[in-house]
Amino acid sequence: MSAELPTPGPATGPQIGVDEWVLRSGERITGPGGLLAPVARAAERTPRLVLLALFVVGAAAIPFLTSNGYVIGVAADTMLYVLLAVGLNVAVGWAGLLDLGYIAFYGFAAYLYAVLSRGHLPDGSVLLTHWATWQTVPVVVAATIVLGFLLALPSRRLRGDYLAIVTLFFLEIFNNFTTNGSQWNWLGFSGTGHDVTGGASGLIQTDPWRLFGHDLNDARDYLWVALAGFAVIVIALTFVNNSRTGRAWRALRDDPLAAELMGMPVKWLMLLAIAVGAGIAGFAGAINGAYYQGVFPQTYSFQLLITVYAMVILGGAGSLGGVVFGAVVINVMLEVLTHPADARWVFYAGLLIGLVAKVRPWRLLAGVLAGLAAFGVVLNEIVRAVWPRGVRGPLATGQNTYAQHGFLSDVLHHWLVLPANTYTVSNFRIGNYAFVLLIALVLTLTILHGWRRWVLLVPVLWGAAFVWENVLIEQNPTTRPLFLGVILIVLMATKPSGLFGTNRVEIV
Amino acid sequence: MSSVLAFQVYDWHYFFAQLVAGLTLGSLYALIALGYTMVYGVLKLLNFAHGDVYMLGSYIGWFVFTGLGAPLAARVPIVPLLILVFAAAMIGCGAIGVVIERFAYRPLRKAPRIAPLISALGVSFFLEQTAVLLWGANPRSYDTFSLRNGELFGQITLGNLTFSYAQLLVFLSALVLMAALSLFVWRTRTGKAMRAVSFDPEAASMMGIDIDRVISITFLIGSALAGAAGVMWGVYYQNLNPYMGFGAGLKAFTAAVVGGIGNIGGAMLGGLLIGVAESLTTGYLSSSFQDLIVFSVLIVFMLFRPTGIRGTPILQKV
Repeated sequence: MSAELPTPGPATGPQIGVDEWVLRSGERITGPGGLLAPVARAAERTPRLVLLALFVVGAAAIPFLTSNGYVIGVAADTMLYVLLAVGLNVAVGWAGLLDLGYIAFYGFAAYLYAVLSRGHLPDGSVLLTHWATWQTVPVVVAATIVLGFLLALPSRRLRGDYLAIVTLFFLEIFNNFTTNGSQWNWLGFSGTGHDVTGGASGLIQTDPWRLFGHDLNDARDYLWVALAGFAVIVIALTFVNNSRTGRAWRALRDDPLAAELMGMPVKWLMLLAIAVGAGIAGFAGAINGAYYQGVFPQTYSFQLLITVYAMVILGGAGSLGGVVFGAVVINVMLEVLTHPADARWVFYAGLLIGLVAKVRPWRLLAGVLAGLAAFGVVLNEIVRAVWPRGVRGPLATGQNTYAQHGFLSDVLHHWLVLPANTYTVSNFRIGNYAFVLLIALVLTLTILHGWRRWVLLVPVLWGAAFVWENVLIEQNPTTRPLFLGVILIVLMATKPSGLFGTNRVEIV
Repeated sequence: MSSVLAFQVYDWHYFFAQLVAGLTLGSLYALIALGYTMVYGVLKLLNFAHGDVYMLGSYIGWFVFTGLGAPLAARVPIVPLLILVFAAAMIGCGAIGVVIERFAYRPLRKAPRIAPLISALGVSFFLEQTAVLLWGANPRSYDTFSLRNGELFGQITLGNLTFSYAQLLVFLSALVLMAALSLFVWRTRTGKAMRAVSFDPEAASMMGIDIDRVISITFLIGSALAGAAGVMWGVYYQNLNPYMGFGAGLKAFTAAVVGGIGNIGGAMLGGLLIGVAESLTTGYLSSSFQDLIVFSVLIVFMLFRPTGIRGTPILQKV
């Protein structure tokens, strides 16, 4: 990563009283590169406030541009993810703390909102009045911040892996508690159990938010609320980031030991980072509890944690704009994946764009594409001759059927092999063998060099299309989380700073 | 004190049953913990994916087990059958471990410490979802109860102690594997190299030790042990699902911490301790909140004794 360290130029030479390393440290921090470099540069030149205004106004206008309830729903979901990613960015991106208990804050806030707004515990043992929104939301946010402090307080001395595992324990404890909370009995000492969390079925019929005399009932209202909160949070965070505290967080992230030696209150900074993140998650949780009209323990899972992490890492941990971008891209991608016909177009377009962007020179690109076409057609003809059923399988389409008659479908039927994915060899579907083989081939591809790489690329791409059509698109509930894992692994290996983050130079 | 006491009789027999169950579970944790502790020793990395390698081991074993017609129409006698299943899982997992290290961790060896951790999270999640894709999210079963009319679950009674052949099998094979590992680490050249790398990688590489090779071997052995643990889980507890590696991995990692991270004997001890503690919690306190209790105790332990019961204090070097 840091291979392009500049060699000290002879022209400058050593100067007395000037430290070479410090002088040149700016050059070592490289901005984002690749396709997104112009976008990132343009974004950097535009004032932050304008960017924020553009984003907020653009997102707020979605309900006016479309009357499609589904799209507005996705927009509201995405804003919740954006809030979560922005909050996680404080702990992970700025302070460099691997806080794996983050989702527990989100879940805690949602549950607290549910209990306060419903006015009683599921078994009716604690009766409150239904709290109003202007009371509930501040209380929820404040309580989540306090919880953040409380959880971080004992682990303030831990770093790295130990902090990660202890915070992950908190998440597990939270999940265990909410899932089994319908029979909470103070560890067997209080006789019959109390139902405090509704157990596996969660709490339903939470009150909606009520602002200025209006109940917020649909996705549009919650989208606007989330956007308003987002604007306030981002402005506040920008100030924090440019303050002493923000600089201290970055110092803590880059080298905790050095930060401590410079006299920074490292433990306090860590508490603060986790608590601020928790507060933002608390706000998102209060929206979550109302928007979905209930809270369900399965929501606040390890999978959600990985999703938010993938968003932060993809966008570039530490860059506010980056994590917002990451959250939008990933949530839209996950949403597209649920519609096979659309996902198919996105997949092949993505493959093509990737090839065009990465394969140089043009002759090589032409060769790879021609090889790909020939490889598929020949294989298709062979299979057609030997085993006709192997090319006649249907394409998975979800609820839409138009793709079956489309242009892409004709191409695929003459280029791919599409057995109906029910053939099994020793209890294992053909697609499963292909999936395992594909992983092995992709890994091999990464260690090959020179012409071997280009030769292998052709069958790998064809194999990817085969696995995509026969396995992944059909089992999209699994494919979506699978992609999140892949995103994390691939980004860490190739571009740990994400799309918009700045590369950090490790100080030895 | 509690209405629960009215219908459960807590006598010595009950206690020993819980103890034996705990030791069985603990041997699994110990085997998994060994992988964590060895990897932590040489790389200083919490390998989140290790629990999922254990889960894959269980599935590979199940794949071979059912592939050979077991449990109802087994084509091989019971002893070779079990040996085959163990061998397949250990070899498969060993290979998976080496591949994970080569492709997910090796490129990040010089990166900030948070990078391989995030990569490990990604690998863990990827393996979990791969298992869902390949075998489905619903639990599978070895159904060893049906194997030769439940021969494996015949009871042995020694005084107050009652245990089954399956428990004995799990406990003994774990012991054999741990003994073999100790011999390997303390009596072979490669084992010596491994200790050297965990002591000081830089100095070791200056002495001509091929660090990459040692790390690969560490992952190979650690993952193979996890694979064996996976098969043991399948043979004894029978039910397996793609998510089981996560919780087991968390507990096993803590077992490694309890024993003193990087310390092989400590990992074995820690695993047994945590297994027994979990089993007693389930037996005496609460079966729905056992995870809550166990994890709370572990958090307290991690906070107050992060070096473990046998570990040496970690010095921070600049």
